[in-house]
Amino acid sequence: MIEIENLTKRYADTAVVDNVSLTIEPRTVAAIVGTSGSGKTTLLRMINRLVEPTSGIVKLDGVDNRALPGHELRRSIGYAIQGHGLFPHRTVAENIATVPALLGWDKARISARVDELLTLFQLDPADFGPRYPHELSGGQQQRVGVARALAAEPNVLLMDEPFGALDPIIRAKAQEDLLAIQKRFGTTIILVTHDMEEAIHLGDKIAVMDAGKLVQYAAPAEILARPATEFVETLIGTGERPFKLLSLEAVSEAVEPGRAQGEAIPATATQRDALAELLWSGRQALPVKGEDGADLGKVTVKGLVKRAARPA
Amino acid sequence: MTLRLDKLGVVIAAIVAYGALAAPFATFRANRIMSGEARGILEALPGWAGVLLLFILAIAGIAALIKTPALVRLGAAAAALVALAVLIGVAALHLTPEGNSFARVSPASGFWLMLFAFALAAADALTRLQLTPLARIGALAIVVAAIWLLLALGGWDGLSILKEYANRADSFWAEAGKHVTLALGSLAAAIVVGIPLGVLCHRVDGLRDAVLNVLNMVQTIPSIALFGLLIAPLGWIALNVPGAAAIGIRGIGTAPAFVALFLYSLLPVVANTVVGLGGVPRAANDAARGMGMTDGQRLFKVEFPLAFPVILTGIRIVLVQNIGLATIAVLIGGGGFGVFVFQGIGQTAMDLVLLGAVPTVALAFAAAVILDATIELAERAKGGVA
Repeated sequence: MIEIENLTKRYADTAVVDNVSLTIEPRTVAAIVGTSGSGKTTLLRMINRLVEPTSGIVKLDGVDNRALPGHELRRSIGYAIQGHGLFPHRTVAENIATVPALLGWDKARISARVDELLTLFQLDPADFGPRYPHELSGGQQQRVGVARALAAEPNVLLMDEPFGALDPIIRAKAQEDLLAIQKRFGTTIILVTHDMEEAIHLGDKIAVMDAGKLVQYAAPAEILARPATEFVETLIGTGERPFKLLSLEAVSEAVEPGRAQGEAIPATATQRDALAELLWSGRQALPVKGEDGADLGKVTVKGLVKRAARPA
Repeated sequence: MTLRLDKLGVVIAAIVAYGALAAPFATFRANRIMSGEARGILEALPGWAGVLLLFILAIAGIAALIKTPALVRLGAAAAALVALAVLIGVAALHLTPEGNSFARVSPASGFWLMLFAFALAAADALTRLQLTPLARIGALAIVVAAIWLLLALGGWDGLSILKEYANRADSFWAEAGKHVTLALGSLAAAIVVGIPLGVLCHRVDGLRDAVLNVLNMVQTIPSIALFGLLIAPLGWIALNVPGAAAIGIRGIGTAPAFVALFLYSLLPVVANTVVGLGGVPRAANDAARGMGMTDGQRLFKVEFPLAFPVILTGIRIVLVQNIGLATIAVLIGGGGFGVFVFQGIGQTAMDLVLLGAVPTVALAFAAAVILDATIELAERAKGGVA
């Protein structure tokens, strides 16, 4: 659990982060969204004390984050940034081994962990371990950056625009990989992004920052249904709102009894995908199939449209 | 198939043609300060050797003139250089009358022009071959070994520069030692002081401009003036600081020369350290901090390795500059190859000037080749970004 209490950072007379309080539950993903200059990166960097707050407290599992010297604290917290920040003079394996080496792990343990992470990120250890970062594609570099951040098995992972430099297709894949890994390790992730779509997709909760202040901190559905201010509404983009709402839930939640004709949609797809398919193919209903291929029922345009309306 | 001309080759061939046919090959003087008489290739060499040399020069000149593979060009230029080197020694023995120890034979303008032209051709061919750094150091080693072999076999004993050397063999090596000690010692001191100073300038805002401006000013002080300025403070130290005189600190001699070279060396070392550290990617620095490196770990594990090639470039500049500059240490009694240069100027004995100048140039050249190769290796180690 991460508790941020009345956190403020001032540079001269300007408060970059102004009296922010929020609690992040363990094993969840919190997305901090805001425009540039909103203080979201500064807020993130105060958690691992890359920036020291002017006032306020950050507690990690109940312990004040000032209990340890800054560099020791940072070794226990994963950190991944935009443009990956890989060390160009070190191989992929050496990059991933950075924090374990700082912590003094023995060689066998480090190399086992490096191989495990590379495999997890679908990079063959024998092939990619000895390469230098410039020999990788952008997507591979980003994966190595995240693998490096996770190397010492941190409970908390801080990410600053981790997918900012990726093209849309690789970006979607990287987001899915991150969610899968988060589930596997149960890591608490705090992710800074300027992209509301990404925040809605990844975050269990979304914190919206504007001019240093936290304007809303809530689950994505809540943010979409009841934006606290006009600024939040603008970030969401009102034209997109119903579709974003549908994207939060899987088709399985919207299944109605009955049968429909044509090709089935998997129950794990989002309701937005189902609506898109319905509109595109000009049908009124789609059959839904389970993972085992079993017929579960149907989704209808009518049903989905109802679900896309503003919740009461 | 039409023969096509090589652009640089045209220049080289023209210089060689002029040097071989129109300019004197060697100069003969009855004694070391008399003015010389010029001798062409056929006059300076015994009949067979002159013809052989002209033949080799013609072939090598043609190989340079037309477009040929780089290896052929290199081979031709190397053959011409070897022929020139060996036969100038033969010319010296041929021109010196039997038993006459006063006569002096030295290479003349034609020889130097052709040496320059073929050295240019060889360097150009080596560049076209795109040798690896280690191969370049290997090529340098071969050249050094060839020159050493010629010297050891006495092939050049008849030349005036070696007659001057024979008269001063002991002091030559003593001064060589002083020269190298001055150049390397002041470089070492500049590294020890300059790199930490560069790190400080990088980390502390505001300090950088002040330090670099002061060092820039130091660079503009003429060396002779700097020697003069150092006499008083160093003299004072020698008198007033216990033990200073005992380790050789005096107003004149090695100490002021060392201090002057050290001061001149600081700017390139400090400036390149600052530039190198400034060029470290922001993201890499941020990641290093974010993952829990201390400032020291970040400096030694991330910043220095990434800045190393740039810092090394500064060291290369300093080393080559110092090897040359150490020549003027003699002005304040600091010794070095400058001793021969200035004695030679005083006695109007150009051979003696060459005895000081040639080793200086050779040392600086070798240092440049070795450090350039090292810089390239360091850049590869940084992650192969060519």
